[in-house]
Amino acid sequence: MFAIYKKELRAYFISPVGYVYTGIFLAAAALICAYTTIQQASYNTTSYFQYMIFTFIILIPLLTMRLFSEERKMRTEQLLLTAPVSITGMVFGKYLAALTLFVSTVLVSCINFFPLLSYAIAEQSTASQSVHVGPEGGQIIGCLIGIILIGACFIAVGLFISSLTENQLSAAVITVGAIAVMLLVGVFNDYIGSAFIRTVLDWISVMSRFDRFAYGLFDFSALLYYLSISGVFLFLTVRVYEKRRWG
Amino acid sequence: MIKIEHLVKNYGANCAVDDVSFEIAKGEIVGFLGPNGAGKSTTMNILTGYLSSTAGRVTVDGINVLDDPLAVKRRIGYLPEQPPLYPDMTVEEYLIFVYNLKGCTLNRTKHLEEICDVVKIKDVYKRVIRNLSKGYRQRVGIAQALVGNPPVIVFDEPTVGLDPKQIIEIRNLIRTLGKDHTVILSTHILQEVQAVCDRIIIINKGKIVADELTENINRVADGSRRYRIKICGPQREVLNMLNDRSDISYVEALPARDGDAYIYMVESAPNIDMRKSLFYTLSQKGWPLVGMEALGMSLEDIFISIVDRTGDDARVRKATKTQRSKRSAVDLEKDLAASIIDATAEAQKSIAPYDGED
Repeated sequence: MFAIYKKELRAYFISPVGYVYTGIFLAAAALICAYTTIQQASYNTTSYFQYMIFTFIILIPLLTMRLFSEERKMRTEQLLLTAPVSITGMVFGKYLAALTLFVSTVLVSCINFFPLLSYAIAEQSTASQSVHVGPEGGQIIGCLIGIILIGACFIAVGLFISSLTENQLSAAVITVGAIAVMLLVGVFNDYIGSAFIRTVLDWISVMSRFDRFAYGLFDFSALLYYLSISGVFLFLTVRVYEKRRWG
Repeated sequence: MIKIEHLVKNYGANCAVDDVSFEIAKGEIVGFLGPNGAGKSTTMNILTGYLSSTAGRVTVDGINVLDDPLAVKRRIGYLPEQPPLYPDMTVEEYLIFVYNLKGCTLNRTKHLEEICDVVKIKDVYKRVIRNLSKGYRQRVGIAQALVGNPPVIVFDEPTVGLDPKQIIEIRNLIRTLGKDHTVILSTHILQEVQAVCDRIIIINKGKIVADELTENINRVADGSRRYRIKICGPQREVLNMLNDRSDISYVEALPARDGDAYIYMVESAPNIDMRKSLFYTLSQKGWPLVGMEALGMSLEDIFISIVDRTGDDARVRKATKTQRSKRSAVDLEKDLAASIIDATAEAQKSIAPYDGED
């Protein structure tokens, strides 16, 4: 499993995909941060994180599209499946590699808060000492945990879709669609009259659970929700391979 | 070492492997022979754990593939039909990846160096796989199978697409490997198994149609009773003489000539060597014998006849190991000859109308 993890992590930076992903991620993060905080003269980072989640529609498929489809196309999956590694180990190795790159870029993008902090320090010196000025640490940490969990879900979805096809492009396009649906369901939820449908859609929507993180609250049920979505799709990926073996 | 019992694999309604059983002892080099689509690759893939069987048991070293797949995979090095290479990696990176993937415990630098020596890829060790020629890629594929020094090595059509020199090199390599590994080689090239293997298993339409030691098959191939002879003498009289002999079962005058000699094809009666007596008869008659050439039955003939016969009436021969070693070459020859005569009769039937028209 560790060999596959290392190989995948290297593979991101042997091909241009890793650079493209990191580049777009950091550029988008910087831009969004500048527009939502500095330009709005606001220390509230919630909308920055909310917009970031929407960039995942494009970014996560970049990470996941080739993970299985390329192996299948190049027939290298035969090497992995005949090596003494379990299918679960193979799936987890790949998942963790994508997750590692994702989490690292999320953490690197935190440099965007430094200008905000420096503003805050400057303002604090002129303001009265008793008032807190600047971004809320709790809110930032809560939102970071939130978007990492959401990213982990989307990576699992992308991984599953990648295991279904041997064409990277179709894997990417389908993943874009799937992630978009998971996000937009929450946005349109408010316009629906039926309470029943609203409950169902609310359950599917990954966004509705993010709000609690944005308040700086750590919601255990949300954690469980995101982890189980990831788990379900990883399990389905393993099943895809099991089924192909028996098919 | 390897035991396959009543293996069945269905793809939907399609039966790719139908009740295949065989056993391979330690240190054997076995050729798995069959036309395209016969079920060779499917059997290899089941053995290596890439696919699972619909029914049947596969054990390696006494371990059932289904009970402990990882232990079985650890004992098998596999080169699939298309070598599983990552084109973006260098040979070094690739072999290190495979080394880690297989969880080897041998000394890495030394082990990989040894393998590179055996398959002769030292000079491309630092190069990117994408830029390697097909022959080198195949070798890197073989190197990959050898990593971890598994006791069983499975090659699926290892020489496809290589040039003749590379083919010879790969065959030599396989023969070398056979000294301390059990090797299974799947191919549809007969010379390959004849050159490399101790034993040949022929599979067609998912069934085993023959399972023989290579030397037995070679003996049949060599021990043919057909000769092409060149005799200087009046054609009609020579023909009559040949036809009258009781030790010759079939005579045909061929249209070609060699100088003033006519060329004939004769087949001696079973179990009789008529060459000496034919020579003396001809010398008595004053018709010099200027050439005699045994027409060995090629492995192609044997193969096609076996495959055709089983295709027609599905008389599947299941030889156990003891039967196989006890069975004399004569029995085997009878068996094969019968089928060849069937096949040639069939062929003549289909050719005959054209002869008539010409």
